[in-house]
Formats: sequence, C-alpha cells, structure tokens
Amino acid sequence: MSASEPTALERFLNGILPENPIYRQLLGMCPTLAVTGAMKPAMTMVAATAFVLIAANVIISLIRGLLKPHLRILVFTLTIATFVTIADRFLAAYVYEMSKQLGSYIPLIIVNCIIISRCEICASKQSVGVALADAVGMSLGFGLALGSIATVREILGAGQWFGVTVLPPDVWPSWGIMALPPGAFLTLGLLLALVNWIGQRRAESLALREKQSKG
Amino acid sequence: METLITLIQIAIGAALINNFVLHYFVGICPFLGVSRRIDTAFGMGCAVTFVISIAATLSWVFTYFILRPGAPLPAWIWQMAGGDASTQVNLSVLSYIVYIFVIAASVQFVEMYVRKFFPALYKSFGVFLPLITTNCAILFACLEIMKHLQDPMRLWALPEALTLAVGGGVGFTLAIVLMAGIREELDACDVPKPLRGPGIALIVAGILAMAFMGFAGVDRGIQSTLNAFLH
Repeated sequence: MSASEPTALERFLNGILPENPIYRQLLGMCPTLAVTGAMKPAMTMVAATAFVLIAANVIISLIRGLLKPHLRILVFTLTIATFVTIADRFLAAYVYEMSKQLGSYIPLIIVNCIIISRCEICASKQSVGVALADAVGMSLGFGLALGSIATVREILGAGQWFGVTVLPPDVWPSWGIMALPPGAFLTLGLLLALVNWIGQRRAESLALREKQSKG
Repeated sequence: METLITLIQIAIGAALINNFVLHYFVGICPFLGVSRRIDTAFGMGCAVTFVISIAATLSWVFTYFILRPGAPLPAWIWQMAGGDASTQVNLSVLSYIVYIFVIAASVQFVEMYVRKFFPALYKSFGVFLPLITTNCAILFACLEIMKHLQDPMRLWALPEALTLAVGGGVGFTLAIVLMAGIREELDACDVPKPLRGPGIALIVAGILAMAFMGFAGVDRGIQSTLNAFLH
C-alpha cells in the first residue's frame, strides 16, 4: 500500500457524498431507476446491494495477493454472483412478496457497476479494514441516493411515503407518471441537476470568498 | 402458424413495448455513456445484439438441459448414481453463476473471433466489446429466458428464447441510436449549466420512455390482425 492511497476514514466519507456512486460517478443506474417507485423496494434493494458490496469487498481484499491481472474481472464477478445468490435465496425465504416484486433486479446486482468498480479501485489494492470502510461508505451513499429518488417518486406518484399517506389524494392529485418508467428518468435527471447546481453554487461562493480575503 | 404469431409477439414485446432500456432500465450505462454520436451508438447496439444472441442461446441450452427444475441431464446422472427416480433434481441455485460465466466466456470468444476474421470491425468496436460483459441487458435476457423455463407445462423452445434476445438487442439499438440522434442536436442547444451532460440526457430519456409507452397494446392489435388474415 503506497502512501498516496486514501485511509479508511477518507474512503468511508468519500463514499457518502464527495464520490457518491449515483450522483457523482453515475454508476449502478439500473437499480436506481428500476426500484425507486416506492421506498420499501428501494430500501430492500439498498440492503441487498450493501450486503453483496461489503461481502465482496472483504473477500476480494483478503485474496488480493492471489489475483492474476487478466483474470481479476472474472474472479470479481464470480465472487459477486455467489453472494447475490445468497441474498436472493435469503429474500425469497423471508420476504417473499418483496422478492417477487423486485424480480430480476436482485440477480442484476451481479452486473451493478458500483460493486465491480469498488473491487477494482479499492478492495484489490488495500487492506481489509479500508475495504470494509469503503464498502460501508459507498452503501450509505447508494442508500442516500436511492432514498432521495424514491421519496420524490413515491410522494408525487402515490402521495405516500413508506406506504404511509402524507399527501391525501383530495389535496394533491397523484401524478401517475412518476410511478412509471418516464418518472424515474425525469426525477433522476432533475435531482442530478439539483446536486450539480448546489455544487456549482458552493464552488462559486468559495471562489468569491477567497477573492475577498485576498483583496 | 400459432408459433409464428407467438414469435412475432415476443419480438415486438421485447423491442418496442417492453423496451429493455426504456421500460426495464437495463443497459443504462452504455445508453448514457456511448450515445454521443450516431455511428458509435449503432456499433454498440450491433455488438450488444450479437453478444446477446450468443449468450441467450448458450444459456437456453444450459438452463434447458442442466439447470431448470426437472432437467434431463442431472436427473440422468442422479439415476445412474443409484438415486431415487421420484426425486426431482433442481440445480437452479447455480443459475446466476453459470450465466455470468457464459456471458464472460462468450464476450471473450466473440472478441477473439472478430479480431481474427474481421479486423476492421474489431477496430471500430474496440473498447466496447470487453465492456459488454458488465452490460445488464445481456444478463437480463438470460434471466427472462430462465423465467420461461421454470414451468414444465409451458417450456420455451430455442426459437422463442432467441427471438426474445434478438428483439431485445434490436430494441436496445433503436433506443441508443434515437438517443444519439437527439444528443447530436442537443450539442447546438443552450442547456442550463447544471443540467449539462447526463442530466439532460436522462430527461430526454424520460420523454423517449413516454413516447415508447404509446406502443402498449400494439402486440394485441397485431395478433388480432394476423388471426383475421389467416382465418
């Protein structure tokens, strides 16, 4: 491990906002768009992805000395596929309804770019502790992003949040389109713009303050 | 004739009504990443269609003979080993690992084959080919085929599986080429600064998805037209 590699705490904090997998890196778009029609499936998806991400990161970090460069992607995907099978069977056994609702998107965690990119960038190079912190941070960032999208879509689309009515239909007519595929694209596009706008505003005000302190 | 109508329905369903990108959200990464120019987008679409057909064929073979509940090969081995004939052997727990292996292997073989026999095509595909391994659209097609091989009464044969895969690939190509055409025009537009790049692309995709919702019901219309035509 070279001195320039980030420490465990940096990895953990980076995952949440500065390198947020959805808003900053635009990775793992399939589940982000597909399961965010309501909070419950979104949070189940976050839990399953977090389990796979943490387990895969730890295992890859433990065997990083044995990895051959040309075979590493195959090893990553097979490790991930194993844990996804475990998560899939677990969900089918304990929350059958939810597992039926999520359908193909649980096995599609295998090709979620977030997990492969974390294995490649962090776990295959750094020690177990750092890899674990990185996985937990990234999972929190992923949960934050999915939570925000699902909140907007469920409240606007069904007037509910986690199944609890917050906007009664007679006060606010539900926008059916938000629960359908187009709503997913529009919500993510606009939230992405919002995050970019806040980032740009902060960068501008920082630059202005620096200018003032100099002058 | 019945089979032909079913095949047409599957193809239209996969390509237009339940478009892989705009309805199921699979293959979003290349859809956003490789949709800046029409020719590269078309190349990506062709590569995906090609790999998806090969992977779907292989995964149908594996699922039909080995992985599905009540598949012939493990049952035969089980009985050869002296097992009870009334026990159903079910290896479907291995499906995901087998599929991802099949996809990785077929991408690897396609890459080698294209490099050897079509060097010009290989040059134009270049970086896209290895990236296809992690394209969700391909795994998604395998999973859809697996779903239709679970019920022993209504098993999909190879033509159905292949039609779904090719239809999905064509639908992906259609969506990514449309998107690239719109994005080429967007370059000349004055987009608000925070929306530039992926933001506006996602909003355009949302409007495209709305347009594709208009295809709902087309398959039933075609079915009734064909039935009226045939009888």
